[in-house]
Amino acid sequence: MREDLASDILRLTAEHLTLVASAMAIAILLGVPLGILLARRPAVRAWLLGFASVAQTIPSLALFGFLIPVPFIGGIGKRTVIVALVLYALLPILRNTFVGIASVDAAVVDSAVAMGMTGNQILRQVQLPLAARTIIAGIRVATVATIGTATIAAAIGGGGLGVFIFRGINSVDTAQILAGAIPSAALALIADGGLGWIERKLSPA
Amino acid sequence: MTGSWSNELMPLVEFRNVSYEIAGRRILSNIELAIDPGETLVLLGRSGSGKSTALKLTNGMLFPASGEVRVEGRSTREWDPIRLKRRIGYVIQDVGLFPHFTVAENIALVPKLEEWSASRVAGRVDQLLETMGMAPADFRARYPRELSGGQRQRVGVARALAADPPLLLFDEPFGALDPVIRTELQQQFLELQRNFKKTAIFVTHDVREALRLGTRIALLADGKLEVLADPAGFQRAHTAEARAFLACL
Repeated sequence: MREDLASDILRLTAEHLTLVASAMAIAILLGVPLGILLARRPAVRAWLLGFASVAQTIPSLALFGFLIPVPFIGGIGKRTVIVALVLYALLPILRNTFVGIASVDAAVVDSAVAMGMTGNQILRQVQLPLAARTIIAGIRVATVATIGTATIAAAIGGGGLGVFIFRGINSVDTAQILAGAIPSAALALIADGGLGWIERKLSPA
Repeated sequence: MTGSWSNELMPLVEFRNVSYEIAGRRILSNIELAIDPGETLVLLGRSGSGKSTALKLTNGMLFPASGEVRVEGRSTREWDPIRLKRRIGYVIQDVGLFPHFTVAENIALVPKLEEWSASRVAGRVDQLLETMGMAPADFRARYPRELSGGQRQRVGVARALAADPPLLLFDEPFGALDPVIRTELQQQFLELQRNFKKTAIFVTHDVREALRLGTRIALLADGKLEVLADPAGFQRAHTAEARAFLACL
C-alpha cells in the first residue's frame, strides 16, 4: 500500500511535469515572438494584450469546460489541458517580453540604429539580451501558476497530481489531497527557485 | 561635373532647401548648407531649434519633408540606409553605449558589423583606446557602468571613430559633463580633428563650445538658418538670436 502510493506519486508527478513542460514550451514559443511583435507593431498591441488578458480572467475550471466541445483542440484528455494551460501562461510571457523590449533605454536603441545595425541585429544583439531578465521573470511567474493550475487537469481526464486531489476530495481523504498538493507545491518552489537563479544570473539591464 | 578635381570641391554634406515637420509642426525650414571635407561645422541653437533633427537628416534616421540632403554627392534617399549610417560616426549626449557590452565590444561594434577580422578589430580597439588616453589593458574588459561620465563619452567617441568614417556627427556630446571634464574633452576633440582631419557636424547650445570647436558656426533659430559664419564673423553677427547667444560670453 505504501509502496503503491510512492510509485503513484512518482508517476503522477512525472505526468504533471509533462503537462506543465509541454504547455510552457508552447507558451514560450508563442509568447516571446508575439511579445516582440507587440513591441514592434503598436497597432496589434491593444488587440493581443486584450485577448491574453481576457483568456486569463476565465476561471480555469470553466475554461476546461468550454474547451471540451471545441473541435480539434477540445475533447477529454491531455490535449485540452495543454491548450488551456497555454492560454493562461501566455499573458505574463507576452507582457513581460513586450515590457522588457520597450523599456530598453531609448538612447541605446537610437545609437544602435545610428551605428547602422539592422532591425534584426538590434533585436538579437541589443533588445533581447537587455530584456532577457524581464522575459525570464514572466516565464517564472507563468510556470509557477501553471504548475498549480495543472492540478485541475484531472477534472477532464488530463491526469497529473490533480488526480490525488480530486480523489481525496471525493473520498474526504486528507492524505490523498496532501499526496497531490505537497508534490505540486514542491514543484512550484523548485521551478521558482531555478528560474529565479537564472534571472539573477543574467546581467542587469 | 566629373573628374577628380570636382570631387575635391564637392561638399561632403549638402542641405538643399531642406524642410522637416512632425505632425504639421515645422522643425526645419528651407535650410541651405554645404559642409566641406575637413571642416567642423557647429550647429548652434536653443533646444527645439532643430539642431538634432538636422543631424538625423544627415545620416538617414529621418528624411526631409521637402528638399534633399546629399552625402558624398548622393541624396540620403538614394543611399542604402545601413551603408550610409555605417559611413557616418555618431556620438550622442546620452552616449548610448550598450550596457551589456564591454568597452572593447562597444568600440568594436561597427568593425564587427563590417566583418573585419578579429585581430584587426582587436588592434583597432587598442589603438583607439590609446588615442583617447585610456590604457587598453585597464579599460578593454570594463562595462560602461564601471566608467565615469567622461570616460563613457570618450568610449562613445572611440566607437564613432572605429570604422574610420569620413564624417562624424556629435549631438551635444559634452552637455552632461562637468565643466573641467568638458574642457578636457573639447581639447581632445581639437587634437583629434588636427590628427585625423575628419569632417564633423557638432551640435551644441553652448556658444563658447561653438566658438572653440567650430571652423564655421551655423546658428539655427526656430528651424531657420539665421547666421552662417566663421567664429570671428559670428562674433560680429547682428541678428537678435546671435546677440542673445553672444551675450552669454
